[in-house]
This record gives sequence, structure tokens and C-alpha cells, in this order.
Amino acid sequence: QTGSLSGQVVDEKNQGMPGVTVLIEGTSLGNSTNSDGTYSIQNVPAGPHTLITSFVGFNSQRIPVTVVAGQNTAVTGITLGENTTLLNEAVVVGYGTQRRQDVTGSVVAISSKDFVQGQVTNPEQLIQGKIAGVSITSGGGAPGSGSTVRIRGNSSLNANNDPLYVIDGVPVDKDGISGSSNPLSLINPNDIETVTVLKDASATAIYGNRAANGVILITTKKGLQGEKLTVNVSSQTSVSRRANTYDVLTAQEYTDLVRTKGSASQIARLGTASTDWQSEIFRTAATYDNNVSLTGSVKNVPFRVSYGNLYQDGIVITNNLKRNTGSVSLSPVLFDNHLRIDVNAKGSQVTNRFIDNGQVGNAVLYDPTKPVRGSESQFAPFGGYFQYLQPDGIPVGLAPGNPVAALNNTNNVSDVKRLIGNVQFDYKIHGVEGLRANLNLGTDIARGDGNTTNSSQDFGNYNPKAIGNANLSGRYTQFNQKKDMRLLESYLAYARQLGGTKFDVQGGYSYQDFVNKGDNFLAFRSDRTTLFNPEDKLTVPGYYSKLVLVSFFGRATVNVKDRYLLTATWRNDNTSRFRKGVRSGQFPAVGLGWRIKGEEFLANNAAISELKLRLGWGRTGQQDIGGVYDYLPRYSLSNGSGQVQLGNGTTTTLRPSGYNRDLTWETTTTWNAGLDYGFLDNRVSGSIDVYERTSRDLLAQINVPAGGNLTNQLNANIGSLRNRGIEFNINGSPVRSADWNWDLNFNVAYNENEITDLGSQKEGFVGYSVGGIPGNTGSFIQLNTIGAASSSFFVRKQVYDSNGRPLEGVYVDQNGDGIINPNDNYLYKQPAPKAVLGFSSNVAYKQLNLSFLLRSNVGNYTYNATAANLANLTNAQGSTAFLINIPSDINNTGFTTQQFFSDYYIQNASFLRCENITLGYNVGKIFSEKANLRLSAAVQNAFLVTKYEGVDPEISGGIDNNFYPRARTFTFGLNLGI
Amino acid sequence: LTGQQGPAGSGDIGGIDEGTSDYLRQFWSAQELSTDEALTNWTDPGIRDWHNMNWNSNNPLITGLYSRIYYEIAICNEFIRESSDEKLAARLSSEDAAKVKQYRAEARFLRAVSYMHALDLFGNGPFVTENDPVGFFQPPYYTRPQFFAFVEQELTALAADADFAAPRSNEYARVDKAAAWAMLSRLYLNAQVYTGTARFTDAAIQAKKVIDAGYALNTTAAPNVASAYGRLFLADNNTASARAEIIWPVALDANKTQSYGGTTFLVNGSTGPNPEWQKATGQTTNWAGFRTTKGLFNLFADTALDTRGRFWTKKVDNSKRSVEIADHYAFEDGLGVLKYRNVSSAGVGQGGAQNFSSIDFPMIRLAEVMLTYAEAVTRGGTGDANLALTYVNQIRRRAYAQPINTASTIADVSSLSLNFILDERGRELFWEGYRRTDLIRFNRFTTSAYLWPWKGGVKDGKAVSDNLNLYPIPSSDLSVNQNLKQNPGY
Repeated sequence: QTGSLSGQVVDEKNQGMPGVTVLIEGTSLGNSTNSDGTYSIQNVPAGPHTLITSFVGFNSQRIPVTVVAGQNTAVTGITLGENTTLLNEAVVVGYGTQRRQDVTGSVVAISSKDFVQGQVTNPEQLIQGKIAGVSITSGGGAPGSGSTVRIRGNSSLNANNDPLYVIDGVPVDKDGISGSSNPLSLINPNDIETVTVLKDASATAIYGNRAANGVILITTKKGLQGEKLTVNVSSQTSVSRRANTYDVLTAQEYTDLVRTKGSASQIARLGTASTDWQSEIFRTAATYDNNVSLTGSVKNVPFRVSYGNLYQDGIVITNNLKRNTGSVSLSPVLFDNHLRIDVNAKGSQVTNRFIDNGQVGNAVLYDPTKPVRGSESQFAPFGGYFQYLQPDGIPVGLAPGNPVAALNNTNNVSDVKRLIGNVQFDYKIHGVEGLRANLNLGTDIARGDGNTTNSSQDFGNYNPKAIGNANLSGRYTQFNQKKDMRLLESYLAYARQLGGTKFDVQGGYSYQDFVNKGDNFLAFRSDRTTLFNPEDKLTVPGYYSKLVLVSFFGRATVNVKDRYLLTATWRNDNTSRFRKGVRSGQFPAVGLGWRIKGEEFLANNAAISELKLRLGWGRTGQQDIGGVYDYLPRYSLSNGSGQVQLGNGTTTTLRPSGYNRDLTWETTTTWNAGLDYGFLDNRVSGSIDVYERTSRDLLAQINVPAGGNLTNQLNANIGSLRNRGIEFNINGSPVRSADWNWDLNFNVAYNENEITDLGSQKEGFVGYSVGGIPGNTGSFIQLNTIGAASSSFFVRKQVYDSNGRPLEGVYVDQNGDGIINPNDNYLYKQPAPKAVLGFSSNVAYKQLNLSFLLRSNVGNYTYNATAANLANLTNAQGSTAFLINIPSDINNTGFTTQQFFSDYYIQNASFLRCENITLGYNVGKIFSEKANLRLSAAVQNAFLVTKYEGVDPEISGGIDNNFYPRARTFTFGLNLGI
Repeated sequence: LTGQQGPAGSGDIGGIDEGTSDYLRQFWSAQELSTDEALTNWTDPGIRDWHNMNWNSNNPLITGLYSRIYYEIAICNEFIRESSDEKLAARLSSEDAAKVKQYRAEARFLRAVSYMHALDLFGNGPFVTENDPVGFFQPPYYTRPQFFAFVEQELTALAADADFAAPRSNEYARVDKAAAWAMLSRLYLNAQVYTGTARFTDAAIQAKKVIDAGYALNTTAAPNVASAYGRLFLADNNTASARAEIIWPVALDANKTQSYGGTTFLVNGSTGPNPEWQKATGQTTNWAGFRTTKGLFNLFADTALDTRGRFWTKKVDNSKRSVEIADHYAFEDGLGVLKYRNVSSAGVGQGGAQNFSSIDFPMIRLAEVMLTYAEAVTRGGTGDANLALTYVNQIRRRAYAQPINTASTIADVSSLSLNFILDERGRELFWEGYRRTDLIRFNRFTTSAYLWPWKGGVKDGKAVSDNLNLYPIPSSDLSVNQNLKQNPGY
């Protein structure tokens, strides 16, 4: 006995929505809507059913219906809203999902339609500039280069400050693998559906042990039950070129300078060529990014499979990345809808050819009067490239190598494979309403292999004894690394509604281990058989370490009348990084929410569509510091070139390493208060959050009392660090009409970081120096000390003349002792931005849309190490045997010697960057209405406004040296859905 | 060495560049760059403080030296701790245990030497032994006389210890009782500085024991390469003839013991960019770091006759270097020193492609012990003054390439004075890490009694505060060890 169903699906503007999937849950009965949004489903068994409507980018709806045999049941009022504006939207939180309106912590989700457009190689770039308080700084312009992601500033000094990444429920190893500069670059951004960021402790504490720096949850795209088979093909072609150049003297300017200021012997060393070394190493590079995915449902098993292929050339010659990615996801539902199984597997294979960023630096400083190549016979052993040679043809000691030659003669390649997979069983226990058991088994396997070949013509590895046998020059090194992570997580969850009060309780267990191993290799000459150091021997064949984390966690939520919300979580973590007795950490958190909109006095207020107050407190932990066995006494074996001679023979040594038996958890306590608001039917919405994060028992590297341990500096739990800040974010839709739609997002976050305790600091001891600088081995430019932001610059105050020119070597005598020395250093500015802003706009007119994203950092300062090291006359003298070019900053200073510690070089690196401009055109149905085509054109890094004088102000860590410049990229893309 | 991976990459200590952290490199710098014998144009943080004599308790190199000395003490303690009689009985066969006991005695010797360096350089400081725990334990504070007593007791005990090798019975580069005697003689020679009580008789007694133990001055030259004296500082100074004079070397090998310290630092650092200079030192690189002042050069009456006075006198363009140093930081001002040369006695460069050094650094050699005897006796210690004169003349005859047991009109002196002995030590032992200690013993390090170019940072030199006779306890350690007291004046 069957009946039928019919109805219409409309959007929020009451327009019929075509192509929406409508399905009877637990069956394969379904249909998709016609062009006016109407649908009908025949032969439905009589009785109660749940009707599911779904459409990508919109929130799915579940409607209970009762089908009467032999009749057509009309279903009314299915309105699909866009994901972001729907309060019922499910938000992924740790170990489950919550309705957006029930969330009490500071949680932000960005879905695929709001992702950053254009050529996005790494997943974290998808949300760059989109979320208040999340600062993402790429490591430079190399394809696949790593990013520094900071959520609400640094919470630790020496321990890891990266957030935890959880991909489809699997907390993955974020430490990367040899051969890949960014572990996330092994994930194809095209497979990602949403990125959710958990910012405050009340949200993150359920991930306790690694959640001190926030959690980033990545959910990949999946098939929907009953969904029609669709094929999606996207193809992007991009062209990248350098957006900015290091400003150095031209050959002519340089020649004039040396002629006027140089000695006779320096003038004699001038060449006659005019080479722009930066033009020689930079190029216009192409990127091709092709993806195909198949989504649908076969016999109740929704699935998605995808394949992606990326070919990306870097803007520096020889630099390249090739990536193949594949993903499979299956989500069958069995046993009358009681057992849901999620199977995810994501595999990738990446081939890199890296460059040594030092060659960017060499292109900046290489003498512009020298040619790239020389026909003289002395250059023949170097492949005909010009190099600085002594009269006997041996390289001049300490001379820089020709950067073009170095890039072409070095082949640093890697092959990296990664597989992240998990199977998750979610079983609604028969007979007990509201009880659910969940088992998640996951793994993350990565293999990295690589080698570096410096050809026999390489300047830096030239072997004067190999004359006549080119194979005995050069250098060949290899590496490999194998990482295996295993995960077992299980929890029981129980949900119950009693009157207007809903309860949710869950408790679980997690086991995770990380094995890191690999082989050690010797260095060879380029013939790959002659040892680079003839006496070297492999004393240790490989390395192995294993880290185990065992945890118990629980969460309870109470929701009274959708108005009063309580979330309490607790986690107990045990890490093998610490010894028994101190390895257990307790991480509780509580979040309270008051959904004011739910109160009667606002219920009928049309202007205010959402108002919710949140208050959260929680404690999270940090254990990720140093090695895996730092609490144990260990002996390490020396290598073949680190032997000790006893008698006439030599022997390798066993060295006892320093250790700290009492190493234990660093804990971060966070207070967070937030307000979510929405006005005018959520045309204007957003949130505001204030927080304070205090890290105690700070894991930091400190001095050991001399003689008291087997080294002089060790990681220990000492001191504390505080971050305080405020975040504001607003979304607006100023225009919403049939033809025009305009959406805006603005977010701003202000963060203040201060070290409040670093253990004992007697008078006369200034603090811990950090931030090594180039050009002066052993010198540091930053300081960690009480009362200052971490890594504050510690420099000398420059004195300027009446024209504003810095006076060479003249600094403020801070202590008035008449001598200018390191005692006159003072704390000046910090590398981390005080405020991070993002602004995005998306205007749509019919099928055309135009979006852009602006990002800005304010209050960050960068040490212009390139200028500090190179922009002076002494440096131009190079050595007695070669010359070195000078940055044009010399014209501002006229410095004759290096002034490494002048605060003149601590430059305001605040900036406004146009990250992206995208123009899209939805061609619509083609191929007899069977396919949908969308075209887009984008430019990334379109413009940059800054006072900073170096090549790019956005430098993680604040020391600008040998920076691989970010490219400006033009992308043309098409997306075809069938 | 500075770590488990030569030349660098797995360093022992932090807070300082690994290559810079080498024991010998910073010990040598503290003893030589602060004196008339050496100065540098490098810009490494803190390095110019040595010669300018304006260091303070935050100087990274002094901190590094201090850390290195106490690192050495800590690993010696660890070895002694893990090789206690009970542990050896439980872990090893009696045959192996006997070997390890000998190593344990040698570890005690090395620890005593490190404490001797601490007491000489810093005077006072933390004291820690194998009986203390490994952790963040704050060791107690020892004064200079307490350190002196400990070192004296340890070396004396070793000299009577059956586990410690008899003179000249141990393997090359390992220490024996003669080394303990030699260190005792050096300790006693400076006892007046260290404790206020002179021990010159003891210094002479210990020195005599070493001299009579069978060592011999090297009198064999390497034809066309080096004099008999110069051969002591060649890459193959571990081979016969040179070896007979060196009582305790720090053995180094260009391939097997790589670091940016040791004699690699001395050879490369004292070599300039002139290709001929590089050939002379056997390297294909140059770090262009050290020159010397006229203070050292003028000690030599005639560098044509005295084979010890070997200076590099050419600039890179082969014009003549001046002895005078107009610019403290101009590498081309002042003379280079040609002492450590990484060539074999056949004249073949040993640096290999990577330019590491194979020269073994003499920590103790016979000539030093002979000069100690001469000085102790001349200062009033009980001994044989004629024998003292003979020792000095033997050293001088070798330097003048004369037969050492035959009187020489060009080399011999007829009597000894203290000032002469200081100068002779300068000529014989320059750049071997003795100069600062010697100048302090003669009260010339800080005072106006002796001014050398750029002493205290001024061209003609100036007297500096007497508190500089001791280096400061690094503020980094004062901060974490509440038991310590800073040395006066810092």
C-alpha cells in the first residue's frame, strides 16, 4: 500500500528552487525539484516518514510526513535557507555537532561558498582574513610553503603555538614530514566543505591536550543520501609573477659608488656587465589545477570520489610542486537508520623541487657588474657560470656563489605521500531512545623521501682535489621519514528532552600514538659512491620515536527552553612525553549561554533577529615541546666526523643529554565573553568577543644552574604569559533583491601579549635572547623578558640629524655611562600584529558576481635584516677578492659599517593587502540544460599598501631575511557541473 | 668538539652559536685576545670586548666559556657517577671494569683541569660533583681558595692513584701521572694569585718530576717546512719527535673530529686572504680574524735567528703590513702570526675540501714545564738555579736551531730574571693559552706596568680596573643559582 507526496521547495525570497534533492529517509525513494521548485514522489509506503531536502550551500531540512495509502499528500512550507544565516545550522564541535544557536563557545565556521577564491594550494589559505583573531601568515611565495597560523596570539614561548587540526574527526599530525614544507599542503582544498575554528577554551577544552592554541576542524565534502549522480569538473590556470623587488643598486649606480668611495683594488674588481640578478632568478610561472569529483548515492550509500592534479611552478627558477590527490568518502546508513558509517580516505602524492631561499638573498647581493656566464676557461669546471675564483681556479673562500648557477646546479627534490583515513561508526542503540555509541578508527600515514644533488659544477661544494674527476666534486645527500599515527576514539552519548529542557551527556576515551622514524644517510660526492667526508661512517642507522596520548573526555549540555544554555566539558590527558606521576593533566571547561532573543520580550521584535550572550571559562594543555623523551636520561652517539681520538685510533662517543625529570603540562586558562547579534532578519549579524588567556607553568627554555645538569639550557615549566584581546565581526547584506545581492564581512581582532613571569630574573640579567640575525653569527635581535611581549625587539635607539638621516653609530646612551654597548639596548616594538583586520565583499548581479578580500595587520614591526646586513659601504667591499651589491637604503643612511642593532631597521610593517579579487560569471545551463558552467577570473595579492621598506612586511617572526617574495597571481577558472 | 655531529648540528650547549661554543676556542680567546698577543677585527657579539677589556656579565662569549667549563664538569661527574665501583661490579666483567676505572681516573683529571680553568678565569663559582643530582639543583658557591684546595687534592690523589697511568705508559692523547704533576706545578706557580700563599717550592718539585719522566724537547726540524719548534704545531705533530715533547695534546683530525673550534679555529682564524698565506697554513679558506700587536713582535730580538718568531708580513696585495696598528679593526693593520699550520712535515696541506685542522693542540708540553721550573726557582722556590738556567738555554738553543746540549753564543743567556722569564714564556708559549695568566702573575694584565696597543680600547693602551683580573660570573647563572655571588666590580 503506497501513496504519493508532492510539494514545492522555495528559497528565502519565496522563489522556487530547481534541482533540490528530495528524499524519503532510509529509502531510495526520491526526486529532484523542477525548474519551479516543485516535486512529487510516487509509490511511497504508507505511514510516517521523514522527508529530507538538500541542496549544496543551503541547509538541509527534515520534515515529518505521513503518507496515506492511495492518496497524494501535499507537503507545505519547505523553505531552504542559506547555511550562514540559519541558526539551525549544524556546527561541528569536538566529538559531535551542535546547532549554531546552542553553541556557547567562540566558534566560527566558514563554508566552501565563503572560501577565498583563486589559486589556493593550501587549505589554511581558504580562510585567510575571514575570521577575527585568526592570523595566517604564509611562509613566502614558494608553492606549498608552510603558513604560521596563530589563533589569538602566541600562548607559549618555546612550545608549539600551532592550532590542532582535526580532519573529519581525526586529529592529524601537524608537524609535517621531511620533504614537505607544509603538511596541510597534502590536503586538496577542493575537497573541503567547511573549516570551523574553535577559539576559546570552553569550545576547545574537549580536545584538552593540544587545544591551547585553538582547534581547526576541517570537514570534507560528502555525498548526500539519494542525491543524483553529479560530476563536477573544475579547471584553473594561473600565471604568477613577482609582485615586488628588493630595491638594490643597479650596475651603473653601483659602479659609480665604488668609483667614488672604493679603494683602488676595489675599483679594479668592478666588472663591465650589467646584470639584474633578480630578473635572472625570477620568472613568470604557470599553475594548472584540475579537479574532478563524482558525487551521488548508490543503493543507500552516498559517496563522493574526487581526483585532483596540481602543477605549480614557483616564481623562482627551478622551483616546482606537483600534487596528485584523491579522496573517497562513503556514508552508508544501515539497520533502519540506526547505524551510520562514515568512511573517509584522502591520499596525496606530492613531488617538490625546492630552492634554497639563500639564493634569493644571493641574487640581492651579487655584484651587478658581473655576468651570469663567462666564456673564460677558468669557468668551465663551473658549467661556464661566472664565479669568484682564485688565480689557481679554486673558489674564493667565503665568496657568495652565482645564484643562477646555484639554482640550476642544485636539485633538491622530494616525494611525499600521505594517507589520512578513518572509519566512524555511529550507532543509535536499539531500544534506548537518545543513546548513541560512536567509534572512530583513524590513521594518518606519511612517507617522505628526498635527496639533494649539488652537481659537480656547484661552486659551494667544489673539491679542489677532484680536478680531472668531476664525480669527486659536488654533494649528494638523502633523507627519508616515515610517520604513522593511529587513533582509536570511542564515546557514548545520551540525549533526552524533558519538557522544555534538553540534556546531552557524553563520555569517551581516546588513544592516539605517533611513530616517527627514518633512516640516516651519509653525504656523498655527486658520483653518489665517494664519501663527502672520507672518514665518515654511519654510526646510527636511523631514528625512531613514539609518542602516546591517552585521554578520557566528557561533555554535558543543558538547554532550557532554547534560552539558557550550559556546556561543560572535561578531559583528562596522559602523555608519554612526561614521566609517570606528572603525565596526567586535567582540562575542564564551562560555557554559559543566554539566548536573549528567545525571551518573550524580544520574541516579536522584528528588528532584532538574534541576540545571545556567551560566557566561557576553560583550561587547556600544552605538552608539545622538544623531543619525545626529554624527561629521560639519554645517551646519544656521535657521527663519523664527531669522534674523539684515543691513542692513534678514534672512536665515536656517547654523550649524556640533559634532561628534566619534572617536565609537565603547561596550562592555559581562558576567559571568554561574547555576544552574538543579528538585526533585520539577520541582514546584519555578527559577534563580539573579549578574552584573556593566561598560560602557566610555561614551557620555556631556560638556563640551568651551571653544573647542575648535562647541558646549560633546558626546557622547563617556568613563568607565565598572558594574551588579552577583543574581536569583532560583522556580516551585512545591504542589498538583497531579485537581481542584486551584496554581502559584506568585516572582522577585526586586537591582541596584547605579555610575558608576566620567567622565573628568577636577577638585576643585571636582561632575559632570553631570541631571533638570530644574518651577517653576525650568534647575534640576536629579540628578547623574551618579563613585562614585554614575547620576542620584543631589543635594540639601540638611533639618533637622527636635523634632516632626519640616521647618524651612524650614534645611539641614545640609555644608562648614561658614556659608552654605547649592549647595555644601552631597549625594548622596542613587537613582531606580532596588535590588530588583524579582514574585509570582504561580494556583489552579485544576476549571473555575475564580483568579490574581493582585503587584509590588514596593524602594529607589527619587522627587522629589515637585508638592509641592516647589506646596506652599508663596508659590506660592499665584500672581501678583498669580491664585491657585494648594496640595497638602495644606503641612500637613506650612508652607513659605512653595519649597524645591526639600530632601531632604524625595526620598521613599521603594518600593511593593507588586497588578497583577492574575483569576477565570476555563472553561464548557467549548457549542453541542453544538462550541465552548469561557471567561469571565474581572479587576481591574488592584487596590491599592497605599507610603509615597510623591504620586499614584504608580512614576515612571520618579524625578521626579514632571504624572503621568497609572494607572487601576484592571475587565475582563470571554469567549473562544470553535470 | 662541540656536539655529536661534526662539525656542527647537535650541539652540547645552548645560548651560543655551536661553532663558537668550543672549549678551546673560548679558552684561547679569554687567555689570548685579552692580551698583547692577539686582537681581532671580527664582529661576533662580545668578541671585541676581549681586547677592549670592557666585558660585562652579559658577554655571550664569557657566558659560553663558563657554560662549556661547567658542561665539561657535568659530563665528567656523569661518567664518574655511572662508573662507581658498585655499578661497575654490577655491569661489567672485572677486566672491563679495570679499563673503565682508568677512564674514571682520567675523567677526574679532566674535571680537575676544568675546575682549574674556572678558578683561574672566574675565581669563584658553583661547585658540583658526582654526588649531586642531575636536575635544576643549585650547586653551592666555592671561593677561589676552596677551588684551589679541591683541585690540589684531586690532582694529588690522582698522582697516587693506582688506576691512573704511570708516566708515558698510556695511549697517545690520554693522560697519566706526569700530566697530573704538570697541572699541579702550574697550579702551584699561580698559588700566590689564587690563594695569597706562594707555593714555588711545590711548583718546582712537581715540575722536576715531569722533566725527569723521560720526555724530550723536539729537536728535529721538518726540512723546508718547519723548524724543530714549528714542527710542534703541524698537522702531524702526533708523530714521533714532536710527540715526545707533548705531554697532553687535544687530538684533532680533519675528517674525524670536525668542529669550528679547536685548531681549526686557530688555523683558519689566523689566516688571511692572501693565497700564499693560505698555502703556508695549508688551507684553501681564510677567516681573517687574528693579528698580533708589536708587544709580541718586539719580544723577538731577531726573528731571522729565533725560529719561534714567525709572522705574516704581507697584505693581500703583497705590500708590507705595518707592525703598528692604526685601526684596531682593520685586518690589514698589524702582523699575522704563522704558528699553527695545517700541513704535514712533508709540507702537504691536510685541510681537505672542508678545511678542518688535523693539528693536535698541546695542553701541556715539556718546554712549559721547564719554564715553570725556572720561574719557580727564580721566584725563590727551593731548587737548582743552574738547572733552571740550563732548561731555559735548552729551550732557546732549540729555538735558534742549535744543538741543545752544547753552549751557544747566539742563544744562551747567562742568568735568569723574572722579567726575562715572562718574555721567554711569551716567545715560547705565545698563542698557546697562557698569556693572560702569566700577565696577571706578573701584575701586568690590568695595571699601567705594561701597556700594549689597544689595551682597554685605546691606541696606545691604558690601565684598566683591577677587577678585570677575574671574569664575571655570567648574569644568566646568577639569576638561576641563588647561592652565587658576583665577582667584585661587576
